[in-house]
Amino acid sequence: MKLLLVLPLIIPLTAAGLSLLVWRSRVAQRAVGLIGMAALFVVAVLLLSAVMKHGICATQVGDWPAPFGITLVADTFSALMVLLAATIGLAVTVYSVGAMDPQRESFGYYPLLCVLLMGVCGAFLTGDLFNLYVWFEVMLIASFVLLVLGGERPQMEGAIKYVTLNLVSSAILLSAVGIVYGLTGTLNMADLAGRLRQIEMEDAGQGSFVTAVAMMFLVAFGIKAAAFPLFFWLPASYHTPPAAVSAVFAGLLTKVGVYGLIRVFTLLFVHDIGFTHGLIALIGCVTMVTGVLGAAAQNEFRRILSFHIVSQIGYMILALGMFTGAALAGAVFFIMHNIIAKSCLFLVSGVAHRIRGTYELSRLGGLYRDYPFLAVLFFIPAMALAGIPPLSGFFAKLAIIKAGLDIQEYVLVATALLVGILTLFSMTKIWAEAFWKSAPQEVDHQPATTAPRAAGYDRATRIMLIPVIFLAAMTVLAGVGAEPLLGLFSRAADELLDTTRYIRVVLEVRS
Amino acid sequence: MKSVILSTASRLVHPLLLMFSVFLLLRGHNEPGGGFSGGLMAASAFVLHALAHDAQTARRALKVQPQTLIGAGLLAALAAGIVALAIGEPFLTGSWTSFHMPGLGEWTLGTPLLFDVGVYLVVVGVSMLIILSMAED
Amino acid sequence: MNLVLAVVVGGLYAAGLYLMARRSVVKLIIGLCLIGHASNLLIFVSGGLTRGRPPLIRPGAETLTAPYADPLPQALILTAIVIGFGVLAFAMVLIHKVYVAVGSDDLDQMKSTDA
Repeated sequence: MKLLLVLPLIIPLTAAGLSLLVWRSRVAQRAVGLIGMAALFVVAVLLLSAVMKHGICATQVGDWPAPFGITLVADTFSALMVLLAATIGLAVTVYSVGAMDPQRESFGYYPLLCVLLMGVCGAFLTGDLFNLYVWFEVMLIASFVLLVLGGERPQMEGAIKYVTLNLVSSAILLSAVGIVYGLTGTLNMADLAGRLRQIEMEDAGQGSFVTAVAMMFLVAFGIKAAAFPLFFWLPASYHTPPAAVSAVFAGLLTKVGVYGLIRVFTLLFVHDIGFTHGLIALIGCVTMVTGVLGAAAQNEFRRILSFHIVSQIGYMILALGMFTGAALAGAVFFIMHNIIAKSCLFLVSGVAHRIRGTYELSRLGGLYRDYPFLAVLFFIPAMALAGIPPLSGFFAKLAIIKAGLDIQEYVLVATALLVGILTLFSMTKIWAEAFWKSAPQEVDHQPATTAPRAAGYDRATRIMLIPVIFLAAMTVLAGVGAEPLLGLFSRAADELLDTTRYIRVVLEVRS
Repeated sequence: MKSVILSTASRLVHPLLLMFSVFLLLRGHNEPGGGFSGGLMAASAFVLHALAHDAQTARRALKVQPQTLIGAGLLAALAAGIVALAIGEPFLTGSWTSFHMPGLGEWTLGTPLLFDVGVYLVVVGVSMLIILSMAED
Repeated sequence: MNLVLAVVVGGLYAAGLYLMARRSVVKLIIGLCLIGHASNLLIFVSGGLTRGRPPLIRPGAETLTAPYADPLPQALILTAIVIGFGVLAFAMVLIHKVYVAVGSDDLDQMKSTDA
């Protein structure tokens, strides 16, 4: 039980260490990466089932009692996120075995992926605010190197923006953590929740101070989640690395920011919901609209998808802003749906790139005629993203919209519906351009980065298709099994709203 | 840039710096020092070597590849945490063992030292990886 | 003393932001570093200042006697400094590679991936 909380950190670290020891052999690195990710996946499943059975569980690292030591804590939401991270990690590792070029593989691609996964799992499992910052940094440094691995010029240009804005957000997060410590004298999130309530009760004047700190957290996590005014780093950088790296970034990194927002704005800063959560809902709305409009203006496979990440982050933030049990359940559902569908789409874009040698929609085309199976694999997650029943996206959006109707936020609901239609427009654009239209006549004004291949899938492409099939199947399954899943997500939302259980478990944990 | 003075001096200072780095590492348990500063000191010894001669020589002087150092360091730090799990304590709990060494008296070794050694190796490895990759460009 | 440090923190933030607003990549990275240091100092100040009382248990004593400096902000800053060191090392490699790839350290030359 306690072991399960630590294993999601130990396994990726072990895999990273081992694959660095065997760094000369690409085959051995792949093997270590695959075994590590598979083990992580198994542990994540066990962790979720344990949390389902026993409720929230916690452990004290190094046997220092809470609130002084670092707590690792898993509630349903955390465990779910760890499972999703492990799923994407496994899928992308399998994909990379087929897709990654030897140069990147021998320069530490697999160890970096493992460290990235460790950072992500750590951020999901920690119960300590400063430790959350540390895991963010672990994740960021790994992602920095993954982003520039290969050293092509677009990667460098994208990386400058990515690194700058993420470091700014880290500095704001660190400052906010420092101020919180000065204010309360504790960093354990469960302990903090209690202290902050106490401060507001003792002195009403401090409430506005707490709100100011809350805004710092909103900005810091907002940058990492790519929320409205500060999202420009994402579409500038996510389309530059290889598709496998894009997929893992798109699936996981921004969601860690969203996780941070949800955790902090359900557990810590709930003293002035009218203002803070109202603002969050507004930001969510604007993020949705800007993202989807930005995507409409793009004509490159991965740039469109990148803008859609921004747009869909909006949905999650909007649901957090509504702050009801149903809305939070919808948010968790949406996060799950989005992680799977988005990564899947990025992986498909990588396969298309491998086949046609380009991401430009104008130069793609005819994929449906030559590769009908790939077209189906694109169609499923794309329609899920647009919210077409019976796929996962439909039920996720339905849950959020129903929650909005319950609290009579008709403007928010209307925006969400409108954005859904625009998403459909973008997805049909990719569909029509890349898959449906006939292949463009070969009037190459710019040379393709890799030579186009003959029809049919070679061995590497077939390996790349395995995780795509797996993820596409999951979007269908999540749609078909929406009812039991929604039960799980409601449970996660209940735990988020009823913070007393979380606080009790963390503070009572005897190592 | 080749300087006779620098290359001669670096040959003399190199072992001293390395010994000092190990001193810092061991001292770090109870006093200022530790794996991080020790590792940086060791890395600086090799950087001096690289400055006095060239990056290739420094890489040869390091004998093992930086990647291997990082990997070994991560595993050593991890092992320090896993020891606690193996004896039924929470992850990373410190534990110590005492034993008698003939002629050297009573010795106490603990997992924090193992952790520090791991940090030392990782810091040396990462610093060298970065510096050598920049110097060899 | 608090006031002085507060002014220093503010000055560091201001200088960092100013440098970030320049067009040179090198200045950008220096600016990021300054902001990181400002945050570290902010933690130090917000943890409360205690002069000349390190949190060490004196020989013969069992517990600390108040007042003593809070050790936690120091531990936090130490961690943040180490992380900052790692990030800075990476940033150095990055600007070097950017310079090699782009042939300039002007941020205005790096707009081709923007939407």
